[in-house]
Amino acid sequence: MLGYVKKIREISERLLKEGIVDMVIGFHAGTVPMMNEPCLVKNPGETDNLVWDSNCGINLANYLTGRKEKIGIVAKGCDSRNIVNHITENKIKREQLFIIGVPCKGMIDRHRIVSMFDKEIEKVAEQEEKIIVSGEGFEETLKKAAVLQDNCAICIHRNPVIYDELVADPVEEQKDVDRYEDVRRIEAMPTETRQRFFEGLLSPCIRCYACRDACPLCYCPTCFVDESRPQWVGKGIDTADIMTFHFLRAFHGAGRCTDCGACERACPLGIKMRTFSMKLEKDCFEMYGWEAGLSPDERPPLETIPRTDKG
Amino acid sequence: MEHIGIEPGRLHLSWISSAEANRFTEAVREVTSAVKAAGPNKTLVKTRAGIA
Repeated sequence: MLGYVKKIREISERLLKEGIVDMVIGFHAGTVPMMNEPCLVKNPGETDNLVWDSNCGINLANYLTGRKEKIGIVAKGCDSRNIVNHITENKIKREQLFIIGVPCKGMIDRHRIVSMFDKEIEKVAEQEEKIIVSGEGFEETLKKAAVLQDNCAICIHRNPVIYDELVADPVEEQKDVDRYEDVRRIEAMPTETRQRFFEGLLSPCIRCYACRDACPLCYCPTCFVDESRPQWVGKGIDTADIMTFHFLRAFHGAGRCTDCGACERACPLGIKMRTFSMKLEKDCFEMYGWEAGLSPDERPPLETIPRTDKG
Repeated sequence: MEHIGIEPGRLHLSWISSAEANRFTEAVREVTSAVKAAGPNKTLVKTRAGIA
């Protein structure tokens, strides 16, 4: 996967030089370990800034909505499904995009890695399936498979579903993956336990909205939490308000969320909000046979009532 | 909603036109007794900040 960098840079340079796109959206290195930053490259001479490694977990489709330019965008499997979602929801036109498809084997979980070490991590390097974490007086090698992001571990759409050019051959999709094991564990809890479980899960939330800002689905000009007339939900850290924000945001993403994990990656407190958004994905799949963003030719299940529907 | 800990019987959704008076009263009676049976609510309760 590390070899992708050359291809990404080469394609981006070509697209910009030939004027096929006005800008390329990709990643460049961040200033702290495991944090790559999204960047917009407009100059063919700047494509050497583009990087690709196992810290490209943020969903670049987040930066597409409402743009009018011609855009080259680097997209993993999940990102590509969000691009399809944007096309379905009329937030971008297919003709505007040159999708640089990246077959992905998963991103690493920065929260988990940080929690494994007492001292500050100064460098995280990668070598095939190994992650080498080092800091003052320590260096440890981890297996990448052991520190994958939760969503990547159960991913069944690693290859882009829509693209103009792939940077490498498609990777094998994972088979026999049980995506809803965690959901079922909660479904088995009695009501009281669930209440306490979710209150505890969400209590660290400081309402920074990093999850919302990283999410490609959250493009509303005025988010429901920012509405003041009427004020649907309080702005503070009262438990009821925190829960309302998170659950309502999850509902707004029902049938649209591709489980890209950008929300969990962006959260400064490492809150595992996928714990409940996966329940909505499970329900959409079991009730409607629907998976978000697989094809721009399919309309979402609740858009129309098919004649076969019994009501 | 049950998934996040709202007890079954506490939340009801009905779609009734203002012209359907009987259906409305039926629904109100049914919901009132179901919610009373569920007891005082313990989740998603907004508490007021203590005033010094």
